[in-house]
Amino acid sequence: MDLLSDFFLAKAAFIGIVFAITLGIAAYSTYFERKIAAFMQDRIGPDRAGPFGILQPLADAVKMFMKEDFIPANSNKWLFIAGPCLSMLTALMTSAVVPFGDTVTLGGVTFDLQGIDVNIGILWVFGIVSLGVYGILIGGWASNNKYSLLGAIRAASQNISYELAMGLAIIAILLFTGSLSTKAIVEGQQNGHWNIFYQPLGFIIFLICAFAECNRTPFDLPECETELIGGYHTEYSSMKLGFYLFAEYINMFISGAVMATLYFGGYDYPGIDFVTAQFGNNIAVFVGMGALIGKALLFVFVFMWVRWTLPRFRYDQLMGLGWAGLIPLSMYNVVVTAFGILIGKPFTAGIVGVVLLILGLLIHDQLFVKKKIA
Amino acid sequence: MKLSNRTKVMEQGEMTLAERMYLPAIVGGMATTLKHFFSKPVTIRYPEQKRYLGPIFRGQHILKKDEQGAERCTACGLCAVACPAEAISMVAAERKPGEEKLYREEKYAKVYEVNMLRCIFCGLCEEACPKEAIFLRHDTMVPVFNSRDEVIYGKDKLVEKMDQRYLRDGWK
Repeated sequence: MDLLSDFFLAKAAFIGIVFAITLGIAAYSTYFERKIAAFMQDRIGPDRAGPFGILQPLADAVKMFMKEDFIPANSNKWLFIAGPCLSMLTALMTSAVVPFGDTVTLGGVTFDLQGIDVNIGILWVFGIVSLGVYGILIGGWASNNKYSLLGAIRAASQNISYELAMGLAIIAILLFTGSLSTKAIVEGQQNGHWNIFYQPLGFIIFLICAFAECNRTPFDLPECETELIGGYHTEYSSMKLGFYLFAEYINMFISGAVMATLYFGGYDYPGIDFVTAQFGNNIAVFVGMGALIGKALLFVFVFMWVRWTLPRFRYDQLMGLGWAGLIPLSMYNVVVTAFGILIGKPFTAGIVGVVLLILGLLIHDQLFVKKKIA
Repeated sequence: MKLSNRTKVMEQGEMTLAERMYLPAIVGGMATTLKHFFSKPVTIRYPEQKRYLGPIFRGQHILKKDEQGAERCTACGLCAVACPAEAISMVAAERKPGEEKLYREEKYAKVYEVNMLRCIFCGLCEEACPKEAIFLRHDTMVPVFNSRDEVIYGKDKLVEKMDQRYLRDGWK
């Protein structure tokens, strides 16, 4: 392939832009996390660096860089360095298949606002997310520290458990689209036919699993401060620690973008036809890109909102919820969806599925659960 | 047999469906945090914002002057005697002719020092003073100091300035 072709340059520019947006949002997520935490606790939060503390991420970055980059004597040095790198790498790679917009024509070149449109898009996301646990596991193992190792093992088992339910939730989506390509999934949802309306149960399962995959509260057992000091990053300092924390925020943003892609119509927004007719295709597509980022940021807010609301799960509760709760639930969801498609009424099937589930659980409750004495 | 029959016998059954699903409780909790998200922060940004500490707060000492601008203190030493922390020291001097505008009585404090490291802000000097000369003002705190040289407050810092007179609510 000609390395200097317009197509290649446009792709490179787009990837650079996505990269910059992701990193910028991740940096400012740290600021907004602290601000949101403060507001929810009736405080003000960081307000010293610049107006409203807007320069706080810069100050944090300077602090991270200035700290001593310590490597424990008995650690496995190369793996210790590889851990955060791998975390960061996998966090950034996921965004490659997220379709940020439809095709635009700029300067005579038409290209997709998507890193790579592969026909296995959603599998790519899964593969990279599964790789992401290596960053944590390697870091925890290489630290040669019991707490780190415990945290890493927790991360590994947690991610494996919740990937199953996540995958089953996505199978229901794939039944709709019949394609693994993220682009096809988004195109199937245009004009307000968002999957959330057809898959309310699937979305809740996916959301819970996304929390677990990002190691966010209430599933942040790998870095559980009270039990494991810092979990897998106990031994890390300086920018290596920064990479781990940064990767977490990137993961949050990307999983928000993936959820928007899968369930909230991706770059679809109400009034897209009007904007296209009024201002042309390019503007409409860029507004769509903004809509997708907005949806992703909304999810980032939900992540933070939940973090400052809920306490952490106990480890056995976490495993119980994953294996005994979510996996059967997502299997049920797959069956209901398949049935809905078979009878040709997926929307009704989604609603009826949830109602039947709650009814069934209520009946089970009445029959078998011992009542509390009030 | 219980002493009183007020103890409730609790039997814990299994959790109800709503409790086992976690979701209703989670939604309730998130509503609470969202409510706080939009409520006003209670923070007072301390060095910039100061809260009113009340009309009887015991802050920095002040040596009052009378209406004509003459110092009220006669260096009787009762405040120094009353001081449990021995923070006050003074040197008395006799008023010269022509100084009637400056000092109210024949004797005055040439040097009057309060050691702010020793002072415990108990207010006993204020109570002991027969001339209503020394007060702990309610609106000013003794600021943080960085060196021991700043700790002993002399008359330059303690005597009331006529252009910024100190008044309490009850005196008006």
